Order: sequence, then structure tokens, then C-alpha cells
Amino acid sequence: MFLSQPFLSLSHPVLMGIFTNRGFQPKRPTNPKLPPGQYETTDFPVLTAGPTPRIALTNWEFRLEGLVEEPVKWSWEEFNKLPMQDFNPDIHCVTKWSKFDTHWRGVSVDTLLEHVKLRPEAQFVTEFSYGGYTTNLPLADLLGGKAFVGLQFEGQPLAPEHGGPARLVVPHLYFWKSAKWIQGLRFTAQDEPGFWERGGYSMYGDPWKEQRYRDDDDDQASPSSLRL
Amino acid sequence: MSRVAWQLATVKAIKPETPRVKTFTLALPNWTPQLAGQHYDLRLTADGGYQAERSYSIASPPEQTGEIELTVELVNEGEVSGYLFEGVAVGDQLEVRGPIGGYFVWRGEPSAPPLLLVGGGSGVVPLMAMLRHRRALGLRTPAVLLFSVRSPEEVIYQAELEALAQADDSFTLLLDYTRQAPPGWAGYHRRLDAAMLAEVVARFGAAQPQAFVCGPTGFVESVANGLQAAGLPPEMILTERFGPTRG
Repeated sequence: MFLSQPFLSLSHPVLMGIFTNRGFQPKRPTNPKLPPGQYETTDFPVLTAGPTPRIALTNWEFRLEGLVEEPVKWSWEEFNKLPMQDFNPDIHCVTKWSKFDTHWRGVSVDTLLEHVKLRPEAQFVTEFSYGGYTTNLPLADLLGGKAFVGLQFEGQPLAPEHGGPARLVVPHLYFWKSAKWIQGLRFTAQDEPGFWERGGYSMYGDPWKEQRYRDDDDDQASPSSLRL
Repeated sequence: MSRVAWQLATVKAIKPETPRVKTFTLALPNWTPQLAGQHYDLRLTADGGYQAERSYSIASPPEQTGEIELTVELVNEGEVSGYLFEGVAVGDQLEVRGPIGGYFVWRGEPSAPPLLLVGGGSGVVPLMAMLRHRRALGLRTPAVLLFSVRSPEEVIYQAELEALAQADDSFTLLLDYTRQAPPGWAGYHRRLDAAMLAEVVARFGAAQPQAFVCGPTGFVESVANGLQAAGLPPEMILTERFGPTRG
């Protein structure tokens, strides 16, 4: 006689969430700065879906548009006259690498927003880039010193493969929310999925909750069109 | 059940491909058909709860039902690849979730443009999934694989690729040995460069191919630039890069 059905047993590793790989030992030191499922790298890997766009600074502009009373735009020269700050964030890529204590110089989104009056229904933002990339996030995640437009990385102009001449950096979210080759911010009333989000990646992307994919999001209610 | 939930796969076979590359065939309790080019996440858990995760491209085509093949390169000091190479045997279980990724994929539509596949090292894996899918569908979509390796012992899937090139005259295999070539080699034997890419693009004549480029970051960067210089528009170039520390 069987004492339990294996597939109903509460000690089943999947049901208990305690499956372990026999003999697997960490090779890397654990670090409280490392979100779940991430590992530290000292390189700066590149994740992009296509070729790196080359953007001439004479044609570059940065725009704030959408649900604002008056859209605003800056040329490269004008943008570089805005007040700059230093930022030293840890960054976390959804492809599992994290990089600690990076050094950036750029313009806080708070500074940019002093130049527009947002309409009250503006609750979300679509970041849009040269080359057509977009990504979405709540407006609140860009405010209060949480996000900046980075122009310099480790004391040098930001390299094209890392998003130069300018990249939006939102370090508390997975790094795909930090759009390379940023062209502007569009303020929206609804959370409109961007490039990777339409392909099934998380709408929010909190590395500490390991929100890599749409099914990892808090609401879990993912329409089938957003499934992978 | 969520399609990207973690599931416990069983290792069905382990095949050495090169001295530093092995293919793991995993039987899945909840297999769903993948698109050629997609990947799975794989998670290892130690006693005490420490976890390490990596993403691996699927090598097998969706026609191979109920299981996936993941081709894994052993990375120096690789925490996950090291365990897979040393600690995993047929019959063991591994936690995976997928399929993931909706961009670097080839759907095998009969009307699709010709295929230009450019792979560096283990970057050939998702490209192989596309070629296997194409073969399984019986498509004659013209396809070229430009496969860059350092030396002859690094050619992953060599026998299968050469057999495919023999059997299918709409498929061309171009190997590029960047350091050491086999004796008597008459093909490409230099670092992949803009002139080589221009020659390969010219093989397609007036038809503009869809390019898929996969390999290490620097490789993909230079190939994507070279393909644009050869006249391909950016929207016809899809890339997948992996950094040198991917373990």
C-alpha cells in the first residue's frame, strides 16, 4: 500500500518551492546589493535588438510631449546648458547581469520637468528613441531624483553602443527601461506597452521583485496578446 | 497556468558538440511550441536557497515536440555552465522556464525574404534553430549561414550543417576561421570584415535578405555596422548579443 501519491505529496519539490540542484555551490560571493537571479559583472555588456544608430549631434533634439500644456524641445547645445548632476547608480539588466557603482553625469528628469506643465491626467510615460525603440513606465518612477538623462559615463561621452549621445537612466528598474538613444518623453494617461513590453516583458520591471516577464507582474492579468 | 512558469525538466541526453560546447536535451512536462530564435531561462538552486539564472537559446525546432535542446558553451569561471558540464547527468532534473523572446525570431513564413544568418561562436545556436525549422517545413527560402569560429575544433553542428549544405542547394554554408583553418582551406580565413559582408550580401543579388546576427557584443556590433555599409537597411538586421561574462 502506498502512503502517499507522489503527485499529491506536499513534499513534492515544485509544490514546496525548494527544488535544489544536487552538488550546486555558489561560485560567486553573495552580495545584498544583488537582486534575485542576478550576478555581478565589471564589464558593460550591450543588449540591443538591432544595429546601433549613429546620431549626428547637429540633428539631435530632446522633446517633452503628450499630455503637457506646451511641448518643449532642446537642441544638443541647449540641452548641455541645463544644470548637470553626478549619479552613481547600481544597474540591473534583465539578461541577469548587474553592475555596481557606475558613474554618470547628466540632467535629472526633475530638472527637465521644470520646463513643462503636465496635465493632471498624465500618469504614465513612453520613452522614445532614435531608431524607434520605446519603453513605458509610471510617471512617478521618473520623479524625485529617480531618473536622469545621462550624457557622460565614467568621465567620457556616452558611447553609441551604450546609448550615446544620451540615454535615459532609471536605475531602480531593469535596464531596458533606461532607453538608449533617447529622443524624448511622451506623457500618457494609460500605461502603453513599449517595444519589449509588447513582446511579453514586464510592464514595470522591478529587479527586486524579479519582474522580468509580463507573468511576473503584480496584477498577473495579462491579455493573451501580451503573452510571449 | 502561466506560460513562463518554472518547470522541472528531465535531462534526456547530453551530446558534446565541441571541447567546450554541449547540447542538453530536456524533456518538459509543460512544453509549448517555441519560435525559432527564442530562449529559455535556466535556474540552479543550492542548498540554502542561493540561485543563479542564465538564458540559453533553444537549438531544436518547434517540430521537435515535448522537449527542447539547449546548446551551452562552457564559460571560464562559469557558475551555471560549469555546473551543467560537471554536475549534470542524464536523468537529472533542471528548472527552466520559457519560451521567451519575441523579437529575434524567424517564423518560417513561405513569403519571408531570404535569410542571411551570421553567427560568432556559440551565437550560431538560435540560427541553427532557424535552419532546422526551415528544413522541417521543407522550405527553399534561400539561406546563407556565415559562421565565424577561431579554429576547426570550434565548429558547432559541423556534420549537420555540411550535410544540409550538400542536400539543399538553396542553403549555403560559409565558414570563416579567424585564427587557425583546416589544412588546404580555401574559404574565409581572417577576422570577419566589411569586405566579406559585402561579398555575402552580394550573393543575394537584388533580393534584400533578412539578417539575423548573434554572437559576442563586439562581433555583433561590427557585423551590424558592416551589413549597413553593404546596403542593408537597419530594419532588416536583427541582433542578439551576449557579453563576455555570461556564465
